[in-house]
Amino acid sequence: MSAAAADPHNLRQGHGHGPRGNAAGPDEHGHFDKRIITGYGFWIFLLSDIVMFSALFATYAVLAHATAGGPSGKQIFDLQNVALETGFLLLSSFACGMAAIASEQKNLLWTEIGLLITGLLGFAFLVLELREFADLIAHGNGPTRSAFLSAFFTLVGCHGLHVGCGLLWLGTMMAQIWAKGFRAETVRRLMCFNLFWHALDIIWVALFTIVYLLGAGQ
Amino acid sequence: MSDPHHQSDRAPGDEGEGQSGVAKGILGYGIGLVLAAGLTIVSFGVAAGYGWIYQPGIPVMLLVLAVAQMGVHLVFFLHITTGPDNTNNVLALAFGTLIVALIVIGSLWIMANLNHMNMSPGEMARHMGGF
Repeated sequence: MSAAAADPHNLRQGHGHGPRGNAAGPDEHGHFDKRIITGYGFWIFLLSDIVMFSALFATYAVLAHATAGGPSGKQIFDLQNVALETGFLLLSSFACGMAAIASEQKNLLWTEIGLLITGLLGFAFLVLELREFADLIAHGNGPTRSAFLSAFFTLVGCHGLHVGCGLLWLGTMMAQIWAKGFRAETVRRLMCFNLFWHALDIIWVALFTIVYLLGAGQ
Repeated sequence: MSDPHHQSDRAPGDEGEGQSGVAKGILGYGIGLVLAAGLTIVSFGVAAGYGWIYQPGIPVMLLVLAVAQMGVHLVFFLHITTGPDNTNNVLALAFGTLIVALIVIGSLWIMANLNHMNMSPGEMARHMGGF
């Protein structure tokens, strides 16, 4: 207790904790740990991204029955494919969490392995999604077919675009960690990537439920 | 009261007191994975129409399962909890949820209303007959 009283904000950081172990409150000048500020800022960005997705979801929900004589969701959705995509993305999210744990331990090998598995599973997800899109377009059910399909391609494609950008970011992170090691700024970027990847999985949960499962049931 | 950890903030994604275990961390993600996978499987099973539940209740059931799974993801993967060091993150989440609800419910409400206003008499009759 006396140690804590003498150093209430843990400024000396003598406990040998990792990057997150030290006190996270403001120091005597009111400055927060940069990790907290970065994480909070990125969380705000993610929420704004989710708000953008909600507009696409609303558009889809409004247009879901406007098939203009074209196929409905029930006729074109392949739930087996969707289940596989869901599995890949969920395992990818888990692998990303494992990479985060390894990076806290500053274990280069396991961090890279975790990120590699994350990336491969994310890539598999993207391949399945693109195959589904190519298949639909080949059968004349592209985004120009009906308002329903326009909304479908916009919503699902926007999520796929996020996953694609995430994969590029992931590759950059792997290279940075490999070349520069666990610097404070690199670890912060990795934390942001983790949040981004988990948030994409949350959006996918809403997506497979509202678009695919509810769509196939109608 | 002299423990700074209990009044401080935490970044989203950060777990509690670090270091104490790789094992604990892996266990947390593992529980999340099992719960999420379970909810997903139940979702797909319900949608496949094996007759697990009353047919007209399926959409509601699916939405409930989805919300539950999002909760699992938030708690076990993003580590957004109700702890005192997470207040800012939770408040931001609550605000985001409010906006999402306004956009989705508002859009559906307005567009349903517009569709209703734009109906031709024939459509109107069919629509009313549908009830």
